[in-house]
Amino acid sequence: MNERVEIILSGSGGQGMILAGIILADAAIREGKSVVQSQSYGPEARGGASRAEVIIGGEELDYPKISNPDILLAMSQQASDKFLHRVKKGGLVILDSSYVADFPRPDGVRLYSIPISDTARDGLGKEMMANMVALGALIQVSGVIGRDNVQKAVEERVPSGSLEKNILALELGRKLAKNSDIL
Amino acid sequence: MPELIMDYFRPGSLPHMWCPGCGTGIVLQSFLRTVQRMGLSRDEVVVVGGIGCSARAVSYIDFNTVHTTHGRALAFATGIKLARPDLLVFVLMGDGDASAIGGNHLIHAARRNMDLNVLVINNSVYGMTGGQCSPLTPAGSKTATSPYGSMERQLNLTGLAEAAGATFVARSTAYHSRLTSDLIEQGIANKGFSFIEVISQCPTGFGRKNKMADPAAMLQWQKQSALPAEKFIDLPPGDAKGKFPIGVLYKNQAPDFMEMYLGMSSRAGCDNDNRGKGNE
Amino acid sequence: MARVVPMARLMQGNEAVAEAAVSAGVMFYAGYPITPSTEIAEHMAKRLPPLGGIFIQMEDEISSIAAVIGASLGGMKAITATSGPGFSLMQENIGYAVMAEVPCVIVNVMRLGPSTGMPTAPGQGDVMQARWGTHGDHPVIALCPSSVTEAHDLTVKAVNLAEKFRTPVILLLDEVVAHLRERIVIPSRENMEIVERKKIPEENGSFLPYRPEAGGVPAIPDIGRGFRFNVTGLVHDQRGIPSNDPGVAADLISRLLGKVNNNAGEIYTSDGYMLEDAEIVVVAYGSVARSARRAVKEARAEGIPAGMWRPVSLWPFPAGEIRELSRRVRCIIVAEMNAGQLAGEVERHAGGCPVVSLGKVSGELISPLEIFRRIKEVFS
Repeated sequence: MNERVEIILSGSGGQGMILAGIILADAAIREGKSVVQSQSYGPEARGGASRAEVIIGGEELDYPKISNPDILLAMSQQASDKFLHRVKKGGLVILDSSYVADFPRPDGVRLYSIPISDTARDGLGKEMMANMVALGALIQVSGVIGRDNVQKAVEERVPSGSLEKNILALELGRKLAKNSDIL
Repeated sequence: MPELIMDYFRPGSLPHMWCPGCGTGIVLQSFLRTVQRMGLSRDEVVVVGGIGCSARAVSYIDFNTVHTTHGRALAFATGIKLARPDLLVFVLMGDGDASAIGGNHLIHAARRNMDLNVLVINNSVYGMTGGQCSPLTPAGSKTATSPYGSMERQLNLTGLAEAAGATFVARSTAYHSRLTSDLIEQGIANKGFSFIEVISQCPTGFGRKNKMADPAAMLQWQKQSALPAEKFIDLPPGDAKGKFPIGVLYKNQAPDFMEMYLGMSSRAGCDNDNRGKGNE
Repeated sequence: MARVVPMARLMQGNEAVAEAAVSAGVMFYAGYPITPSTEIAEHMAKRLPPLGGIFIQMEDEISSIAAVIGASLGGMKAITATSGPGFSLMQENIGYAVMAEVPCVIVNVMRLGPSTGMPTAPGQGDVMQARWGTHGDHPVIALCPSSVTEAHDLTVKAVNLAEKFRTPVILLLDEVVAHLRERIVIPSRENMEIVERKKIPEENGSFLPYRPEAGGVPAIPDIGRGFRFNVTGLVHDQRGIPSNDPGVAADLISRLLGKVNNNAGEIYTSDGYMLEDAEIVVVAYGSVARSARRAVKEARAEGIPAGMWRPVSLWPFPAGEIRELSRRVRCIIVAEMNAGQLAGEVERHAGGCPVVSLGKVSGELISPLEIFRRIKEVFS
């Protein structure tokens, strides 16, 4: 069996973390990998804490939740406070600097702080696209899933009217990450 | 009557469980006369009953019969009708069954305009359990659970059926058995939710406690209190007290549930000429 | 229609249940929205109308199960889905389906109870409600999946068992499995075993709808097919006519129990992991089995001979397997998201073997670490 990679995508309700998680999981299947995706959110549809968990690879019927992620995306201060200290040694963290100002620098963790939401708002005119910008950044710096398969998953799961913008957002995210340095 | 029993009762179902003087048998006879007169095939008729004295009739009669749980006859009948729209489905309930425990199902079956023919035999009490008060017990009446007189207001069940969306609403009494037969026939002709309340007598559970122990006196009361709907409307307000209208109370035209469902499913891409023949 | 080539897809547990039901031939769904089962209703609302099936949102869960029973009497394979509070409301009519021998499937996605509890949080507190929720002695079949693939396969099996034994079958998912999205490869319909209801060949004057055939299951015709018989929740004879005869009652209830219990061999399903030389066995089902599997692996890595046994059919309970295990292991740990509902059942069959209950009622999945710690504790 292939190696198990555990990813937490976290933020506030309405930031599209769950859709991002589903797209990532869908893309993993396109690469022939096994995948488990779960989510957690409050009863409110918008505004509360929200997170998606994606486990790529590993054995069938294994524990479906994540205690210590290999990769963390945190799109809110609350999410960063909650999960940053749990990231495994050697893990990867992407923080949205548009919302996360205050964070520790754990040893042995690759940490990027990049303006994801600002980029979505300024570059695409829609902060709603932040999840796709984040996903682009995540696949760029993690290499966990190929870009083409993510794009195919987006094509399947995003309404055709906004498809072009979503693909653009992915690209913006990739470029943003490419030009960022590990803190 | 003997020929009705020969034709429509299951062998061995007599003696029945109803008390002497009970009105249920009279209402059942009205129903069977309609079936006979219209020449309905017994195989194409389903009779669904709830729980109570009146619903017990379903075990006796030779149709497709389903004796369900208390209050839920309409919900079972909904499933049956949706699975077999070609069958003619009757629902037989008592007043407690239809108005108390099953009140919500009555509202929603009427709202959906399900093509069902509902007959509520209203004897003012829960007869099977020994004569307790129901939502249709007249205020002030004595019953086993209202020994000092019922203080609750009586539910206007036909009004409820009309407000909820029934497209045929009528009332009769056990005494007016020919009218009951005619109303059942009109209800069958209505494609949609047809609701008929038949006021009946329970000498054992209701009459004895309310100075009407004699079934004939109770029938007499039905005869004197009921007025044809068209006459009832014209009564001066003071004279309406103690009277109630019988006949067709409300009629309307509206598509029934299945008609609306077929419209929806064909919009969803269903080839309705080949409905229900499996998937893919 | 183009031939559909089975391919891997990402699918949610609830969605897999709905898809499987359609594949198994279910063309009728009646239900009432309730978290965390609602996706099943939503998916059926989308899938059934184009196929010519019926989807109806009823006014409550009582009428939902009633409509399902009605449709099944009319000859359609029928299903409903709910969660704890709705499952409680359905109990009376589930008993009716047992008594009147009406095939149907009830999916109960378990959340933390009692009462409204925590609607979005997982639980396994309905194990005993599934067994004893309706009044009176009655047989029950309840299946419990641990993954999306299994949610699919067990839904097909549930529909098949319902049709074969003419009894309600309960599919007990927990919220974790219901909302999990996983990789699933759905077999083509030709490669699925689908059981069809036994049909009566021709009308027969002396026909008795409730006369048992081999295995104790009667071949009851669908209504409106030329056999005019009575269906009732009252004790009834082989014609379906109500009876107060104690002998008729005893025969009927015994036969209803027997048709499931005497054929339990066909229903039992379980799964073992590292059981061969295990001295400590963790019993777990549903999503908790996945935590248990990880805990066992970690225990093995530390040299502790642990194993896992997972009942997939919770009811009838594969008691023989527990009896066999209990003779050769030192201790059994039952891990479940309730206060020990199945632990009691395990203990009943474990002879003298110690049974430790590891229950959790916080609305969280039991973690591998919690189970691992208990294994270690018990081992030393």
